[in-house]
Amino acid sequence: ADVPAKPVWPKDAFTCKDEASALKALGWEAPVASDKITLVLPEIAENGAVVPVSITAAMPDVRSIAVMIPDNPFTLTALFPLAAGTAPDIACRVKMAKTAKVVAIVAAGGKLYSATRDVKVTLGGCG
Amino acid sequence: AFGVIARPARAAAAEDIYAVPRPGTVRVLHVTDTHAQIRPVYFREPSVNIGIGAAQGVPPHLVGRAFLDHFGLPAGGREAYGYTYLDFDEAAHRYGTMGGFAHVATLLARLRAEGPPGATITLDGGDLMQGSALANDTAGAALAELANDLGIDAMTGHWEFTYGQDGLRANIARLHGKFLAQNVFLTDDAAFNGAHCFDASSGRVFQPAQIYAVGGRRVAVIGQAFPYVPIAHPRRFTPDWSFGIHPAELQALASDLRHRERADAVVLLSHNGMDADLKLAAVVPGIDVILGGHTHDAIPTPTVVTNAGGRTLVANGGSSGKFVGVLDLDIGPGGVRDIRYRLLPVFSNLLPADAKVAARIDALEAPGRAAGAEVLAHTDTTLFRRGNFDGPIDRVICDALRHELDAEIAFSPGFRWGPSLLAGSPITMGDLMAQTAVTYPDVYVQPMTGEAIKGLMEDVCDNLFNPDPFRQQGGDMIRIGGMSYVCTPGNAMGSRISDLVLADGRTLEAGKSYRVAGWASVSQKQDGTPVWDVVARYLRARGTVAPDTSTRVTLRGVASNPGYAAT
Amino acid sequence: MASTIRVRAIAADGNVEVQSLIRHPMDSGFMKNDKGQIIPAHFIQTVTFETKGKIVFTAFWGPAISKDPYLKFSYQGGAKGDPLTISWTDNEGMSDTLTTKVA
Ligand SMILES: [Mn+2]
Ligand SMILES: [Mn+2]
Repeated sequence: ADVPAKPVWPKDAFTCKDEASALKALGWEAPVASDKITLVLPEIAENGAVVPVSITAAMPDVRSIAVMIPDNPFTLTALFPLAAGTAPDIACRVKMAKTAKVVAIVAAGGKLYSATRDVKVTLGGCG
Repeated sequence: AFGVIARPARAAAAEDIYAVPRPGTVRVLHVTDTHAQIRPVYFREPSVNIGIGAAQGVPPHLVGRAFLDHFGLPAGGREAYGYTYLDFDEAAHRYGTMGGFAHVATLLARLRAEGPPGATITLDGGDLMQGSALANDTAGAALAELANDLGIDAMTGHWEFTYGQDGLRANIARLHGKFLAQNVFLTDDAAFNGAHCFDASSGRVFQPAQIYAVGGRRVAVIGQAFPYVPIAHPRRFTPDWSFGIHPAELQALASDLRHRERADAVVLLSHNGMDADLKLAAVVPGIDVILGGHTHDAIPTPTVVTNAGGRTLVANGGSSGKFVGVLDLDIGPGGVRDIRYRLLPVFSNLLPADAKVAARIDALEAPGRAAGAEVLAHTDTTLFRRGNFDGPIDRVICDALRHELDAEIAFSPGFRWGPSLLAGSPITMGDLMAQTAVTYPDVYVQPMTGEAIKGLMEDVCDNLFNPDPFRQQGGDMIRIGGMSYVCTPGNAMGSRISDLVLADGRTLEAGKSYRVAGWASVSQKQDGTPVWDVVARYLRARGTVAPDTSTRVTLRGVASNPGYAAT
Repeated sequence: MASTIRVRAIAADGNVEVQSLIRHPMDSGFMKNDKGQIIPAHFIQTVTFETKGKIVFTAFWGPAISKDPYLKFSYQGGAKGDPLTISWTDNEGMSDTLTTKVA
């Protein structure tokens, strides 16, 4: 079988320290908030080092899904370019040092959409 | 389609307050947060239970006179004693102890006997299996036996999880009733590894709901466990399980129960805490009644919440065995026609002990009786714990930690359980265990910077006063020994705590390190001594305790808050 | 040595659901060790899933992905018995690969 070319990690985007420059490095415009994106995150992280994130996009022609955490040292956390036939429905886990927002960005049909949620990160205790 | 909600019985002394007419098809009895207080107790309700923003001045954030006025209860009587802190010492002597499983059993039997056989469901809302030496020594097993004696048909949980995954499973196996939790799921790793669960397709670890066919109608009971177990307690107890509130999953389940399982009524047995339940009722339609617990609020008249599906009643059943909730559902072919709810205070001396349960308690306690009876000290003042910020019992614990571990500052968790001790009482080892019996009791001493101390206090304070109830955890503020501070609950996270001053008058410095003692750490497995050994040593050396009152918590912006009473 | 990669791919009606767990420290470069020294960044940058000569899924990661990363996705057009090859490379040039069969 043919061996497909390995995709190249977009270093410029992953070293950005804010959302605007990460978007620019990806060649993306500012996204528009969309309720067609379902971003599932815990209200309070059970473990800031392992925060489950799942993103489902209900719009047609989804090409990429990105996860950004602007308060982390590097904003872009994950980028999932989707092959044709791959469902716009992914789950992964991220690290968060403190209470902050998580932004899911979806590139679809030549446009950019986003959904944002806060996750509370707490020291815990006191039941 | 929705009937009158009965006010609590306003009985004269001679009247039988336990004669509750039974209007409905199905009776649901609710006990919650007994915390293994199987013997009758004194339990002083809080004088500080502050609500901020939308929660200000509405149940459960009412104390003292404001509480009585809101619910239309007379001052000075039995009910004022049961529901509020007012005249606690005097009322405690007059009306005696409350709760006790043998007395609760008598009341449950009586409330069941008023209807046709099988027409009553008895529920426990969790925090049943923790809170005493017996609970700890048997890892909850003794309480599972007593749950069976009380006829518990279903329960959910919170502290039950602190015996670990295997410990909880063993206790569930002992129960005759069901353990229900719709909001506990396998973690990604555990699911990937094929960990045991109730339903692999949903990932739910426990059975989420049970349908009871009663009087020709079908009543669904959904369990909602405490949503923040791995945050409020060490994560090592529940490594494979993920919690949370999960409103969308609850909504789907309630809808499925109604439509596919043909449930005529849906009851949520919740351990969310009342503020979270009020929000949940607003966002999830299709639940008739939430029988709630965790925040230990004893609420005589449930709150009616309107939502997209109609209305949901939100009740909360108090703690420590002091109350039994009685929910009567009148169910017709089209669903619930009428709902009546009463919360009955359990006055031990008005209800004879059930002989079978009393004998069981004697037998279960026999092995630990001698150790529990040891008198460690006496108290000249009434000791209690409950209150958002402070309580003399925690002062004594902090005093002991500072003294015995040579620390400048002591922390004690803001637990809401633990009965009260009247002035003039002995303090026994059993009494001490009722304030400290947890499965992670070890003490620690560590250096902490002023900045870290303030950060920790802000973090815990936000768990009480975050404007979003889903981001509160339902405990009280961490108790501080050896340091005064000011708290402004209405401020934002990070700016509620100020003016931190040590006992000797020095201002806490952000960059300086202090020697801090504490117990029940959630972050690391400690390898020291259980807190009860440290406090017992301190008490034995004193004879009479006098809680240190040289430091204080000063509250700002709450003077007119109905959840605050200066005492 | 056992592979760092564990994967489960299950086909149903032409759709393949894939879950994977990779053993990797995913050090962020911001944490300190017991001696107070910074642990250098060490994290997976690229993961690919390919079947029959075609990449069906790519993940590009930064250092804020959790230790022992988990992934879940699904793709159309697969069937039971298909080979599925998972490969990762990290910022230190380390890599691993594993081929499994869709179940
Ligand atoms: Mn409780
Ligand atoms: Mn609780």
